[in-house]
Amino acid sequence: MRHVLEVTNLRTQFNTDHGIIKAVDGVSYYIDEHEVVGLVGESGCGKSVTQLSVTQLISSPPGKILEGVVLFEGQDLLKLKPRSDEMSAIRGNKIGMIFQEPMTSLNPVLTVGYQTNEMLSIHLKMSKKAARERSIELLKLVGISDAAKRIDNYPHQFSGGMRQRVMIAIALSCNPRIVIADEPTTAVDVTTQAQLFELMVNMVEHFNTSLVVVTHNLGVVARYSHRIYVMYAGRIVESGMSEDIFANPLHPYTIGLLKSVPRLDSPKEKKLVPITGLPPNLMNLPPTCAFLPRCPYHEERCILEPWPELRFVDNKHATACFVDVRGKIH
Amino acid sequence: MSFITKSNLLEVKDLRMYFPVVKGFFKHKVADVKAVDDVSFAVKKGETLGLVGETGCGKTTVGRCILRLYEPTAGEIFFRGKDIAHTPEAKIRPLRLFMQLVFQDPYGSLDPRQKAGRIVGEPLEIHHMVKSRSEYHERVEELFRLVELDPSMMDRVPHEFSGGQRQRIGIARALACNPSFIVCDEPISALDVSIQAQIINLLQELQAKLGLTFLFIAHDLAVVRHISDRIAVMYLGRIVEITDWKALYENPMHPYTKALLSAVPIPDPFVEKRRQRTILTGDVPSALNPPSGCNFHPRCPIAIADCSQGVPPLRELGSGHEVACIRV
Repeated sequence: MRHVLEVTNLRTQFNTDHGIIKAVDGVSYYIDEHEVVGLVGESGCGKSVTQLSVTQLISSPPGKILEGVVLFEGQDLLKLKPRSDEMSAIRGNKIGMIFQEPMTSLNPVLTVGYQTNEMLSIHLKMSKKAARERSIELLKLVGISDAAKRIDNYPHQFSGGMRQRVMIAIALSCNPRIVIADEPTTAVDVTTQAQLFELMVNMVEHFNTSLVVVTHNLGVVARYSHRIYVMYAGRIVESGMSEDIFANPLHPYTIGLLKSVPRLDSPKEKKLVPITGLPPNLMNLPPTCAFLPRCPYHEERCILEPWPELRFVDNKHATACFVDVRGKIH
Repeated sequence: MSFITKSNLLEVKDLRMYFPVVKGFFKHKVADVKAVDDVSFAVKKGETLGLVGETGCGKTTVGRCILRLYEPTAGEIFFRGKDIAHTPEAKIRPLRLFMQLVFQDPYGSLDPRQKAGRIVGEPLEIHHMVKSRSEYHERVEELFRLVELDPSMMDRVPHEFSGGQRQRIGIARALACNPSFIVCDEPISALDVSIQAQIINLLQELQAKLGLTFLFIAHDLAVVRHISDRIAVMYLGRIVEITDWKALYENPMHPYTKALLSAVPIPDPFVEKRRQRTILTGDVPSALNPPSGCNFHPRCPIAIADCSQGVPPLRELGSGHEVACIRV
């Protein structure tokens, strides 16, 4: 399998009045063809900024991509100017995006049809008529009934779940190589969430694309992704195949997360073990591991040495931690 | 459930809350939004009743009716044996000594210009629960310690606290007047994953320590299962299933409950591969114009023609397990 996208040592920071925020601090990852990859982490860990950096959607100032290589179809996207035609030809066309709030990512004063047609006529140079026909087809495909009529409706006439379906249709309209879904279901209910994910995963098969799911919901990644990256304080702290990460988590943060969420199938007497303390302030990160103050497994080495790089424990499973936690988890 | 038993702290009978939809200059009523329609349940002393459902199903409205933040359109609410559903406005305040609310949004529910200590202490003054300045201070400090906050942070304002700490302040405020009953309205859904467990554990510890009774309103079924003794599932203003937590998860009967449970992913790829998924079609209908008969029938995988005829009543099928479905 070939990597569709390969990101190496990406660093993005924001210069604010109060100081520099290192939102993404040396992140490397890749996405293979036809893969569903989960990017997990809490709010503020840099998972969204990573995705926005890849498509150069970081507003600058205050944001700035300091370094890194984003290799996509043989070219480094970071070498392109954010507003250049080359970048626009990739954004939306070859890399589709689904954002968190369908309410704010659709333009409220334009019909849904206008917004789906726009993609087709700009990127695929379709005629007005052809674009409209294709749009209706796409809307039908994502499960909008009566698509021929609904296409002339405005976003407010759709429910939250329906709006997100429209977003999925837009993201897929140009047959992209990758679809990035950034918290696609946080604003919707559980049953709608299940509907939307089922739809996205089916679409990935249908359109032969890869899917990146950015989320804080561990259940969602367990259900849908093949491979997972766990992020904390702007870095990837653990990566590996889904099964490996959930069966033998290696990073203390991943272990903490898994122990702190209640599961539908766990014994009820089992007490939740919260991660103590708070997520770090990205403004003044210590040189040591950022998880150190919250880590129950830390050793002397952790206090003395800088944040460790990702190291591979076996073939595909890597952790950014000195401590060998295996056998210590209780 | 038709008689008032001593062990029930709260009993809700045939509760209805309709919000009128008005139109035109004279504001004549054109329709009702039936936010809560014919809801009955009881909460025993010391237990936690979980109330789950999706957005707009009326779960928050039920909580607010019980606290009498709304005056219900119809129905009875027995709290400690007395019907409070239509107690006049002027007599409601003493009731708040016994029942309190923890809000969903720890950012919007605290006055940004008041100090944390003052937020927690205000109920003490309003209800004249302290006699002197020093007693007031002692009590506020005690409340801070109760929710595991450092009393030295009393003089800070809300924006100096993290989300989890703010929710602790909200809980301390709710506990200030020693209530016996607390409505927790989505208390953790605005918090980060790693912080949620801290608040859940705190609520459970407080319940054990102070003998509190909770109505826990949430949409996250895994959390509700973890914290509740009994669970009621709501759909579009009605309770469709109510039973103890074990029966609900091991033997869900209502098709909506089944779909809801199967929609919740379990953080374990091995378990997920073996699970059967029921994916519902369509959206929740509008409460302004609910479907005839059973509210759920347009999306129900096992609906028959009769389902659109009459509203199915809650029937007891097994001890304490009530289901509103004619197909089970």
